[in-house]
Amino acid sequence: MGRAGGGEVPRARAGPRLESISGYPALYSYRAARGCTPRAFPEYLPSGRYNPRMVGILERARLAAAILAARAARHASRALRTGGGSTVPGVVARRVDPGVLARLSGMLPEGAVAITGTNGKTTTTRMVSRILSAAGIRAMNNSTGANLATGVTAALVSDSGLSGRPRSEMGLFEVDEASVPEVVREAKPHTLAVLNLFRDQLDRYGELSHTGRVISSAFSSLPPEGRVVLNADDPLVASLGYTFPGTLYFGVEEPALDTGVLQHIADSRNCPVCGAPLRYGAVYFGHVGLYDCESCAFSRPEPQFAAREVRLDGPRGSDFTLVTPEGEHRVRVNLPGLYNVYNALAAAAVSLSAGVKPGRVMEGIRGFGGAFGRVERVRAGDREVFLLLIKNPVGFNEILRTFLAGGEAQNVLIAINDNHADGRDVSWLWDVDFEMLGGIRADITTSGIRAEDMTVRLKYAEIPVRETVPDRRTALERALRRTPPGGTLYVLPTYTAMLEIRRVLSDLGYTHPFWEDR
Amino acid sequence: MKLTIHHLYANMMNLYGDRGNVISIKKRCEWRGIAVEVVDVDLGEKIRPTGCDIFLFGGGQDREQALLVEDLSGSKGADLRAIADDGGVILGVCGGYQLMGHSYETPEGDRLSGVGIFDLRTEPRKPHEERLIGNVIVRVGLPDGSERELVGFENHGGRTRLGDVEPLGYVVLGHGNNGEDGTEGARRDNCYGTYLHGSLLPKNPWFTDLLIESAIRRVDDSFKLEPLDDSAEQAAFAAAVERARGRR
Repeated sequence: MGRAGGGEVPRARAGPRLESISGYPALYSYRAARGCTPRAFPEYLPSGRYNPRMVGILERARLAAAILAARAARHASRALRTGGGSTVPGVVARRVDPGVLARLSGMLPEGAVAITGTNGKTTTTRMVSRILSAAGIRAMNNSTGANLATGVTAALVSDSGLSGRPRSEMGLFEVDEASVPEVVREAKPHTLAVLNLFRDQLDRYGELSHTGRVISSAFSSLPPEGRVVLNADDPLVASLGYTFPGTLYFGVEEPALDTGVLQHIADSRNCPVCGAPLRYGAVYFGHVGLYDCESCAFSRPEPQFAAREVRLDGPRGSDFTLVTPEGEHRVRVNLPGLYNVYNALAAAAVSLSAGVKPGRVMEGIRGFGGAFGRVERVRAGDREVFLLLIKNPVGFNEILRTFLAGGEAQNVLIAINDNHADGRDVSWLWDVDFEMLGGIRADITTSGIRAEDMTVRLKYAEIPVRETVPDRRTALERALRRTPPGGTLYVLPTYTAMLEIRRVLSDLGYTHPFWEDR
Repeated sequence: MKLTIHHLYANMMNLYGDRGNVISIKKRCEWRGIAVEVVDVDLGEKIRPTGCDIFLFGGGQDREQALLVEDLSGSKGADLRAIADDGGVILGVCGGYQLMGHSYETPEGDRLSGVGIFDLRTEPRKPHEERLIGNVIVRVGLPDGSERELVGFENHGGRTRLGDVEPLGYVVLGHGNNGEDGTEGARRDNCYGTYLHGSLLPKNPWFTDLLIESAIRRVDDSFKLEPLDDSAEQAAFAAAVERARGRR
């Protein structure tokens, strides 16, 4: 990369000279210097002599080797059908060149945006992507949900030529909460958005406040002009920005959406600063709403991007007025539920703060129809399958409220797995408010490794279950058979169950393997 | 006759589906025509036993746990100890279980005082030690000499060492109190503590019924529960056991 420049000459020189004390001055000392502080001494040869061309060739060769190896891995992985082939190339590339993510990301002319949070990462990332494309900016993203550093690396590698030059102008990365420090340190995004923090797979991350600390620890690695975009309505998320100067907030200001009660699952009922109970003026869902602390000065920050006059329009979507310092715009969202209002609002905040014109932002959001696996319609002969990914209690509640509570869904398949990616602990099923479905007459099939747990949960909510069929293929076939022609089967799977069900659908000829999606 | 479920710190100690335990007791009473009331007992509120009670003390995050200690240090903690001494039915899960002991030390080194119902203390994990996470099977000996199994999920950093108190049971699979001595939980009279959180009672209906029966026997010593159709619960128990054993 050769960016360190002449100004760092005296300090840079010390490194190689110290290292050359060892018996292998040539290759060894150069590698050691690189290993300690990547990119610190790129202009210096092992001997300490300045030779930019030589170093440049070595660096480029290493990068090219990493990209080549990653491509080979991708082809092998797809040929073996070991999965989407979406992280293996990243693992390989990082093995060959540990600096690959930093290098490739550094070559994106418009820089990078990272989006994290428990719910809505993929949808929001895809929305921003749509907005940027409406604005004529070519953006790449890690769209198949491979959101660890390896997945981000893999996506960048597949977007790059052998020289490492990316085809895209901007990088859009959805990032797993725990991977935020690593990705921010390497990819140096100019914008980091945090959507929300709900209890999700606690057995993987430990406690929620810990996750908050992990994310905010990354703020100091942002580039000097970097900014964070935070959800003002989630107390824990909002508190992360209190001491960071480059913070922008988004939030919903619509008293009519107050549900009046904190759900059982509310995670952050207490002030993240002093621990006293929070006082809520409105609760939208989970612990998200309008709040302030009873005993200290902590309160909901005034958002620069606010959604007002929100009108929810059932499964079809919603409208809201986006209020920004620059003006007001009516926004149409073609995805159901309040959680997608938040996703659209976050996407708008990220895009507007990156300088996209408001007209393009509204156009991009309006044109957006759904993200992989999150809300997806698949034609299955003369029936339709509506796939709704279940991630955690809050998301599950929103899906129940949007699709099941009103009686819209007549045929339902719930598939609960407890693999690592689903969360191995299924006790969260007891935090979902199935009781809101009291009296519905849907034909419900349970499936997955933990089908029986799901059946017991529904039994205790007094909701009849038609069949408990742990095997995913059999369950899907039977549930589809019971769905009348022209009807829709609502499939609510956890993450790995969703992958399995998509594969079954694909085997039945109803859809494509997900890595062929665009 | 009415059974009252006192859900201690329901607003704060509701981690990992502890609500499943409340729902389980409530429904299994209602299905038998036994009236139930669920009372949330929050910070600063007094415990008001009715004579036929089950006290549930669930898990919380470390931060929240610290907030409770002050609340428990006064009359509320003394009331709970008196209830335990009197043979009252208390179930402590995870964080609640830890606070039923003498002390609980946080990873930051703060020592929080517990209620002291059980002779046990909990230390934080050492830097090289892992959190104890996973499916658990526990063998529990009953007063009549028979044995039953509990299946559940544990997720705790703290290591609990028992003093002069009986364990709830012995680990068949999983980690238990500390991952070393094979014990899981603690029991004393009608008080039970365990690391099996959240959906403990739904999948182990015999244990739910034991709690209900013990509570009602305090007002009617000849009381016997009618059996229910537990085929769904038994299927879930069997599936969880298979999963814990890696056969599924």
